Amino acid sequence: MPGQALSTLRLRTPEGVEFAFELAGPVTRFLAWVLDLAVIVVILNAVLIPSRLLTVLSPGMALALNILAFLTISVGYGMLCEWRFSGQTLGKRLLRLRVVDEQGLPLRFPQLAMRNLLRVVDALPLLYLLGGICLVLSPRLQRLGDLAAGTLVVRLPRVTEPDLAEVGAGKYNSFREHAHLAARLRQTVTPAEADIALQALLRRNALEPAARVVLFKALADHFRGLVAFPQGATDGLSDEQYVRNVVGLLYAARR
Amino acid sequence: MIVDLQRFIAEERPCWQELEALLARLDADLACRLSLTEVRRLHYLYQRTSADLARVATFSAEPEMRRYLEALVGRTYGHVHAGAESRSGFRLSLWLTRTFPVTFRRHMRAFLVSLAITMAGVLFGGGALALDPSAKPVLMPFPHLQSDPRERVAREEQDSEDRLAGVQTTFAAQLMANNIRVSIFAMAAGMTCGIGTVAVLFGNGVLLGAVCADYVQAGETAFLAGWLLPHGAVEIPAILLAGQAGLVLARALLGWGDRRRLRQRLRHSASDVVTLTGGVVLMLIWAGTVEAFLSQYHEPVVPYWAKVLLGVAELVALAFYLARAGAAVTPVSGRSDPTSE
Repeated sequence: MPGQALSTLRLRTPEGVEFAFELAGPVTRFLAWVLDLAVIVVILNAVLIPSRLLTVLSPGMALALNILAFLTISVGYGMLCEWRFSGQTLGKRLLRLRVVDEQGLPLRFPQLAMRNLLRVVDALPLLYLLGGICLVLSPRLQRLGDLAAGTLVVRLPRVTEPDLAEVGAGKYNSFREHAHLAARLRQTVTPAEADIALQALLRRNALEPAARVVLFKALADHFRGLVAFPQGATDGLSDEQYVRNVVGLLYAARR
Repeated sequence: MIVDLQRFIAEERPCWQELEALLARLDADLACRLSLTEVRRLHYLYQRTSADLARVATFSAEPEMRRYLEALVGRTYGHVHAGAESRSGFRLSLWLTRTFPVTFRRHMRAFLVSLAITMAGVLFGGGALALDPSAKPVLMPFPHLQSDPRERVAREEQDSEDRLAGVQTTFAAQLMANNIRVSIFAMAAGMTCGIGTVAVLFGNGVLLGAVCADYVQAGETAFLAGWLLPHGAVEIPAILLAGQAGLVLARALLGWGDRRRLRQRLRHSASDVVTLTGGVVLMLIWAGTVEAFLSQYHEPVVPYWAKVLLGVAELVALAFYLARAGAAVTPVSGRSDPTSE
């Protein structure tokens, strides 16, 4: 299905670098809408409080306030929240979703207004069935409102700087005594191989003991096959320590 | 070669933090204007961060670092490559005196099509009722329209009590809410290739034609004019404009006479469709108020000629506004618009 074939949208900038959007699927978006519906109900109930007070003075005005508040909040909640909070309603914020421009440009208010005004068609015949069908069939997971507005709903990545403490940069590394071998290792190991070794170290405590042994033996044997350090530097090292030294050479600060 | 991540982060982090602070300033205040120095600094930081991302992507497969830099580059890309329009504030006076009427005129053909569809409905509704009066419940499926016009006129003209006493505000709100919903649907249905929009316009025309035929046949033309014109002079054009917006959207979807790609066409039409919809909402707020507080009052309380005169004045003023407002302003130069009509 097109929606499954492309869950990431990559954009290439004129500077030649790529950045990616991870597209949000129909289930997550539906859940975010359900949360927003609950928020709208809460807001409407909050409006009822002053209108009940107003009923004492003028029942007609109170009812008019309720009618107009229902219309304004049901239509305007989405567009005003997404405008004020850079593409997020409360439901989207809770599920780490965001509306973005499909070309990576800043959102404009007409886009947010358009995608929210078109909910009335997306919601046909009920519960966003038409919008859901369009979303599933769309290669960019866009409902009709997103298509008309040129927007996407994406998942927000949890962006943090990598924790390199596990690499043990401060610990003694016998491989550093052999600078020429260390340099050859850095040139030979590919980024993918380095990442596998780093991830194995970072997640080693989550592995079962037997699996941990097998994994680090395979990694250590692989790196031994690329560059052979002298016996003096490798004596007494377990496979896991061997891999840690290798990763320390690859990622940690050079002297 | 694997990039020395710790040294890399130590060297580049100050730039990333400076860029994040600048982006936070831009995101927090849409009207924020950077000095030339700041703009140059932003561009430098963007290019440097882009280069950092390229290094990480090429020489290190560290996924968290890559995601972090992609997010930073992505946010900055939008600010660097967006046009000035994205950061200009909204001014209601400018929108009312220029943007809305100019947008209306730019899509005049869609308005004329909307008018033609409605008129077709009016002719159909009026003709159908004239030929077959027993079709009244089908053509006008609203209980308050089923009564005999003569009986209704006699009842309301002789009624000494104000039927709407204390409920005009509620009635006005109901009218506004209902009409705004119908108009939004007429616009949004443009995404059904215009089929829904045409259905709404034609259906409204049928209802209007049937009501007019019913009252004219009953000899209550004066009552009809006094009843419909005060609010209809604005409400009916509002529905036509909603249909116009829907047809603009439909045309962008279908791409007739436009060689641009679908996404470009829809992107280009979004602002105009939203502008027209905004104007429709304002018109319907006015029409709902007039309908609740004036249209429902008849002779001898309010003379028909006064109501007709008001309706005609509203229609003339609206026509003049849509035809002339903003006309003295030179259109934005250098922008070719194959969809302009």
